[in-house]
Amino acid sequence: MTRDLLYLLAASLFIVGLRMMGHPRTAVRGNLVGALGMLVAIGATLPGLGLPLLLVAMVVGSALGVVAATRVKMTAMPEMVGLLNGLGGAASVLVAGGEGASGGAAGVATAAGGLIGSVTFFGRYVAFGKLAEFLAVSRALKPWQGAVKYGFSGLVAAGALASAVGGNPAAGAAGLAIAGLLLLRRETFPGMNVAKAAVLLLALAAAAMAAGGSGYWTLVAVAGVLGVLLTWSIGGADMPVVIALLNSYSGLAAAATGFVIGNTVLIISGALVGASGIILSGIMCRAMNRSLVNVVLGAFGGAAAGPKADEVYRTVKATSAEEVAMLLESARRVVIVPGYGMAVAQAQHAVRDLANLVEKEFGAEVVYAIHPVAGRMPGHMNVLLAEADVPYGKLKELDEINAAMESTDVCIVVGANDVVNPLARTDPSSPIAGMPIVDADRARTCVVVKRSLGPGFAGIPNPLFAKEKTLMLFKDAREAFVEIAAAVKAR
Amino acid sequence: MTDLVGLLTVFVLAMFVGFEVITKVPPTLHTPLMSGSNAISGITVIGALVLAGHVGEPWLARTLGFLAIVLAMVNVVGGFLVTHRMLRMFRRK
Repeated sequence: MTRDLLYLLAASLFIVGLRMMGHPRTAVRGNLVGALGMLVAIGATLPGLGLPLLLVAMVVGSALGVVAATRVKMTAMPEMVGLLNGLGGAASVLVAGGEGASGGAAGVATAAGGLIGSVTFFGRYVAFGKLAEFLAVSRALKPWQGAVKYGFSGLVAAGALASAVGGNPAAGAAGLAIAGLLLLRRETFPGMNVAKAAVLLLALAAAAMAAGGSGYWTLVAVAGVLGVLLTWSIGGADMPVVIALLNSYSGLAAAATGFVIGNTVLIISGALVGASGIILSGIMCRAMNRSLVNVVLGAFGGAAAGPKADEVYRTVKATSAEEVAMLLESARRVVIVPGYGMAVAQAQHAVRDLANLVEKEFGAEVVYAIHPVAGRMPGHMNVLLAEADVPYGKLKELDEINAAMESTDVCIVVGANDVVNPLARTDPSSPIAGMPIVDADRARTCVVVKRSLGPGFAGIPNPLFAKEKTLMLFKDAREAFVEIAAAVKAR
Repeated sequence: MTDLVGLLTVFVLAMFVGFEVITKVPPTLHTPLMSGSNAISGITVIGALVLAGHVGEPWLARTLGFLAIVLAMVNVVGGFLVTHRMLRMFRRK
């Protein structure tokens, strides 16, 4: 009775916390309220259970969490959120499976828990791999990395074979497919080892259970393939949608687990998270003028349609840092359009420095244009610029920025491509037709900082780069901004 | 059956609450909201605790429960902390 009341309290705290997180002023407290809710829920559960071992497991998990959260760089945030999310999904799979093993309330809910949790986990694994750039890129592995890589795939394959021998060919095929798909990878991200350990544990569990002849793990394996395939075909620019979607799944997996063990606090919290993920993916889809189905099926047309790159880029003009500094000197209003390239080059501090300098020296107004899908997760650019101490009042949304674009003297595009491609407005046959964009081409002058003329995710050339009013600065984003700032100081 | 219907009722109503609570989030907060709600999805730790803590359960189930506790706690603690770090960077001028 008391326990259920405490669960009710925890669920209420989650709702209040999430509500507060929707407003910048209350967001910090909202997060703390959510954490308090979690504390209440855990505290209500502990009495009456065999404590010591539980505490050990909790301390181990918490310690890992603290280390991961305090070490991660802001530029690696998409990977970090993905990693944590995947672990949550894996936990749901294990709980639902363990409950099944103990002969508890099986059935639809257990199946749903396993299914959704597994899709989340394996989907996350691939998304994480793509973000950390260790998947599908060939590079020499260190011996132990190779051992983990082949060991893991081997284990999954062994588990699959075991279940196939045990009269379960579907699980066998599914497991083999996962094993094969996961072979493609490389590493660059430290948290990878945690992910690998988790994958390994899950694989061991799956193999053990498959040997026990449980249909549940067949389902988990099949869902794993689904998760891998779902994420495999999705390219960089669709990543924000997928990340939001998988976030939603992890909530639904928790809710399904709640059904299995008949616990309302799991159901309520899972539903809340599910809803927030769905809302976010909806926002991301609208920002690309695409439907969710279209994104998930990876139905981008490729480079075939539209004009050829050579043709478009015949009139491209390159510029220098000095020339950009000169432009900035006479500018009254400057708009900076950041994209994934800024994150890759970790240029946010250099960008901020230049913006402050231009405001101080030349008295111009500098604002930032934030496209909702710029970067690799929802709100990616906002987080990076916040890290660089840019006040969020300077970050403008599309409508506001486009309304004032014609009175903008200099628009600096840094590491963005598809989100400033005017073909979205002008060419109805283009793969990005109808996508809302930042109208950088309507500014009086446009400077594009980019390492080369390589295409963005959509794989189409960008006529903006060849416009008469556009100047290209072919440089790494951070170098470029440091050099422009030096040139501004020299004036 | 009524039990299941009761739980289903809770689930559906909570979804509606979720949609109501989280409409019109400013883009600035998209990432923190995602990682914060992600931490809340670590609530599955409750299920893990129940599973691992029941002495009468088979060893396999309890082992899975322990693994799940570790994973879910990483999710919970890491999630809330990382969100806190991010949110503290956002400031007004």
